[in-house]
Amino acid sequence: MELFVFVCAAAMVLVGAVGVIVRSHPVHAALSLVLTLFGVAVLFVAQEAHFLAAVQVIVYAGAIVVLFLFVIMLLGVDNAEDLQIEPIAVQRPLATIVGAGTLALLVTAVTQGSDAIRSGTGAGIDDATVTGDPDSNIRQIARDLFSDHVFAFELVSVLLVVAVVGTVLLSRRPDKLGPQSGGAR
Amino acid sequence: MLALDPLLIGDLDLGDVLIVLLKVVVVFVVGLVATMLMVWFERKVISGMQNRIGPNKAGPFGLLQTLADGIKLFFKEDLIPERSDRFVFKLAPYLSFVPAFLVWAVIPLGGDFTGDKQGLVTWFGRETRVQLADPQIGVLLLLALSGIAVYGIMLAGWASGSKYPLLGSVRASAQMVSYEAALGMSIGAVLLLAGTLSTSGIVDNQDGFTNWHLVSTGVLPFVIFMLAATAELNRPPFDLVEAEQELVGGFNTEYSSIRFALFFLAEFMNTITMSAVIVTLFFGGPQPLSVDIGGLQWDGDLYLGPLNGTIWFLLKLLVFLYVYVWFRATLPRLRYDQLMNLGWKILIPVSLGWFMLLAAFKLGQDEGWNRVAVGAVGLAVLALGAALLSAATKVSARNREREGAMF
Repeated sequence: MELFVFVCAAAMVLVGAVGVIVRSHPVHAALSLVLTLFGVAVLFVAQEAHFLAAVQVIVYAGAIVVLFLFVIMLLGVDNAEDLQIEPIAVQRPLATIVGAGTLALLVTAVTQGSDAIRSGTGAGIDDATVTGDPDSNIRQIARDLFSDHVFAFELVSVLLVVAVVGTVLLSRRPDKLGPQSGGAR
Repeated sequence: MLALDPLLIGDLDLGDVLIVLLKVVVVFVVGLVATMLMVWFERKVISGMQNRIGPNKAGPFGLLQTLADGIKLFFKEDLIPERSDRFVFKLAPYLSFVPAFLVWAVIPLGGDFTGDKQGLVTWFGRETRVQLADPQIGVLLLLALSGIAVYGIMLAGWASGSKYPLLGSVRASAQMVSYEAALGMSIGAVLLLAGTLSTSGIVDNQDGFTNWHLVSTGVLPFVIFMLAATAELNRPPFDLVEAEQELVGGFNTEYSSIRFALFFLAEFMNTITMSAVIVTLFFGGPQPLSVDIGGLQWDGDLYLGPLNGTIWFLLKLLVFLYVYVWFRATLPRLRYDQLMNLGWKILIPVSLGWFMLLAAFKLGQDEGWNRVAVGAVGLAVLALGAALLSAATKVSARNREREGAMF
């Protein structure tokens, strides 16, 4: 059963990932990305990480890719790109190198760490089937996030606010503002 | 798969599988029939409010009108526009229809919540719930599905390959994404009190009228949820998606035949499921309303035995279905900037502030602080925040005016 779920979800992830690269149409590529994200969510559920799966769907599929699509639609780049034109000459060889490097890193990590993966269910994380409390999954994540990693959490939220404010500043039109307004400079 | 359904714990036998199958079939069929009746109900009630008769030819009281319309739509020609994106065009109706259906799976449709029974009932000697599944993430599943539903509308408009549907879908998705924040925040207030995400746990927490989350969260989250849900459903007065004066028919202009019927069905089914969600989150779901005023005492027992909870659920559901129809018949459509102002400048800050206030009260309760002091400090902080926010919006409005408004 577990193998079956894994194979199906992995197939979803891979088909989606290949689709993101192969499809020349931006909207189709974005939809393939959704398929990948769903596959990952299924894998999370198979690992009893229900909360992560839900957040994966809500945040990534429900918000981020929707924003991608929004930008694609509003900017009107929704026609197939011509792959022969190369705006930045070095990016293809560079992408090949980075891709090969990432692959090598991942393979090394899996082969080196396979003993650690097999040895336990993760330190300090109790399975809901063990504790009997259906909310234990969420409770543990919350406790971890808001006690041990509270500063990192707050810093990330500051980072997000800075990004939003920066975007607003950059997108204002300084030409009509005049020097006294103190807006974008 | 713990607690998805008590049936699934331990070894499965044929009986367990049959019960689950029965539940799936019942939820599916009841969902479809309820949608059919909802269309009839809406047309009939609106015609009553507008001094018309409404559908009255097909079947008794026009009850079969929706069936007749559905059959007609089935046999109409299925047009696919020349400039459309064929695959996405065909996919979109299902993306809006399937999430509407799936919400039903996590709503407790009945059950016995008295005492410590937690909604468990015994069917054919097996313990189960009157609910298709009770996942740990209950309410989050709901938010995830409403996130998926955005795709249906967005892609439908885009894939049609023409101007008005695209405008309609861009509007719709902007509206749905903006109101999702307020929706989630008002659900947060409920979760804070219930202390669990599972829908049956939330219902179990609401025994007795004063424990209904409507009362115990202080009405405001309910009001916000109701407004945000109406916007999320694209129903009047927030139905700018299909503002026919401006957009022909909105995102589904190019759709015909059964694909249009799927959108239509999804829209009405969403109305029912959202009402069911409101009942579950704020009105105790299948919990009976017990009365204890002076000498009058009634524990809400309708003498229907195991059907008691379901009947209570249906009664509450009907109230909200009527309210949605009532909205449609009486309220004029909002302008687009009014809609966005309401969502971003009022609903999101208010729901966030109220959530913080409830959290402060909860913390004060745990730490044994003085309730009045907590309330006073909390309100002072909120007032300060509100003043800052209104000052900020005033400044930005002035700046925009000087720059020359874009819209």
